[in-house]
Amino acid sequence: MRDETERLQAALLFCLLADAKVISLPDTSRADFSERNFKYLLVAPAIFVLLLVGVFPLIYLLLVSFQGITMTETATDFIGGENYAALLDDTRMWESLMHTVIFTVIALPIELVLGLAMAQLFLDKLPGRQVFIALLVLPVVVSPIVSGATWSLMFNHRFGPINQIVEFLTGNDSAILWTINPSLVYPAILAAEIWQWTPFMFLLLLAALANVDKSQLEAAAIDGAGWWRTFFRIVLPAIWPVMAIAVLIRGLDLFRLFDIVWALTKGGPGTMTETISIFTYVKGFQQFETSYTAAVALLVVVLLSIVVMLALKRVQLSR
Amino acid sequence: MLTVSQRQALKTGLRVAIAVFITILFLFPIYWLFMISFKTADEIYSFPPKWYPGQIHFDSYIVLFKDGDAETVWNSFVVAGSSTVIAMFLGTICAYSLARYKTGGEHLANWIISQRMIPPIAVVFPIFLLFVWLKLVDTYLGVILLYTAFNLPYVIWMMRGYIMDIPRALEESALIDGCTRWQVIWKVVFPMSRAGLFATAIFTFVFAWNDFIFALVLTRSEVTTYTVQVTHYFGGQSNFWAKISAMSVLGTVPIFIAVAFMQRYLVRGMSLGAVKG
Repeated sequence: MRDETERLQAALLFCLLADAKVISLPDTSRADFSERNFKYLLVAPAIFVLLLVGVFPLIYLLLVSFQGITMTETATDFIGGENYAALLDDTRMWESLMHTVIFTVIALPIELVLGLAMAQLFLDKLPGRQVFIALLVLPVVVSPIVSGATWSLMFNHRFGPINQIVEFLTGNDSAILWTINPSLVYPAILAAEIWQWTPFMFLLLLAALANVDKSQLEAAAIDGAGWWRTFFRIVLPAIWPVMAIAVLIRGLDLFRLFDIVWALTKGGPGTMTETISIFTYVKGFQQFETSYTAAVALLVVVLLSIVVMLALKRVQLSR
Repeated sequence: MLTVSQRQALKTGLRVAIAVFITILFLFPIYWLFMISFKTADEIYSFPPKWYPGQIHFDSYIVLFKDGDAETVWNSFVVAGSSTVIAMFLGTICAYSLARYKTGGEHLANWIISQRMIPPIAVVFPIFLLFVWLKLVDTYLGVILLYTAFNLPYVIWMMRGYIMDIPRALEESALIDGCTRWQVIWKVVFPMSRAGLFATAIFTFVFAWNDFIFALVLTRSEVTTYTVQVTHYFGGQSNFWAKISAMSVLGTVPIFIAVAFMQRYLVRGMSLGAVKG
């Protein structure tokens, strides 16, 4: 009797340990082995493509950035860190980085606040609500290069409607050069950018607001909390995760801003509105400074990787 | 003094008015683009500009089709369509493995989505150098390959979410009934996640369709996409407004149609699956 109990206990302990992977059992079942292969088989092709396009270029950039290839120089000798040294002194590069930051820090809050205000407006029942929302989505899905082209039609100094409105309001025919005048070119690009992406914020925040717990809002109303108080104490914390994701996605998009600026100014006048993406493009594909461009591109990747890593730690993208 | 219901009606009326105003504000540029494309050259360059086309003219479109420029829309369709099909297949089976077997854990999934966040210009530059060497510049294959790779992280990430929503029991019972693992994917997972597949495919298609920077770098004349073609009409003071607008409209209408079919999935698709909508 005692013998049997001990044996049972031993068996139980063995099972527990095996379960907890403290001791390993010889795995003879073929089904299990093929299952393990199967899951890697499914992942393999996609990972292969991603490595090809995600990792190979980085290694290649790293190599080329230590060489001295330009339009006229094709030798692939390693010249050390010269490109990086030049990079640090390149005011045009730092300025383009600065322009990118300016676009981001101005456009992002405006898109967020406008989107939130619009979401608030469309949150409650409204006649034709679905139709309004369906129509407001349209700017988001237009290709950025097309929206840039559209806004260059809008801003045309002679045939565009915006100067018509300005003329109507001020009464004089001013023919404002929106995409050439240095003090107006930023507002012009930002207008196009904000027009295109505010609906993005709007849609995401509308979904977030609709998910806020109604009973909490009612409780707050019964307790006599005002609108602002309710908003900051209950609504804002509830929609915070979605807001963080929306800001992350838009922030990263703004960091690589290219199309809209390209269509409106190509970075001009001069290099006033050149973003880091446009700078990289000009260096690599118009001035053919291959190795230098590689250094710039690598710097961009490193900068962004840091931002993404920090952001992904704070923002919960997956459940 | 207004009664409560009167005040309510007034409030709703005011909100509708604001809503109409905002919608007009956001749609006006699109209206302007479409409207210009239906004008004749004389009407476009008349001053002061007319805010509506006197008559609907298709002259600008006829020119695009005559010159063969409209073919760039077909190029866009071929590269966006092919890359979507490939990315959807490779991405979905990968997503299945990530969702069901937790292959690579959260780290692999996070690495995959972070791949999408690398700025295109930094990727396209070395890829261009590679493609010059492989003679893939200005070929369908090259562009399709890059779009596939660019969209894969998105497909994997989104489909992983959709597959996680499918109850596991169905697949288990299919296995017990004697299905092989591939059959489970074909006969259970694909049909069960068809709404997600459809929505993700449309998003993937639109991303490739709307891309400009990859196409700008990797195409010359053979596989020019419509976005690159639009910029060919830019030039100093002599922009061909008629062609710009007509080309843009040709490229934009298909997207509007596609989006009309997937209103329900917009929020989830745009928020990388973080908001279920």
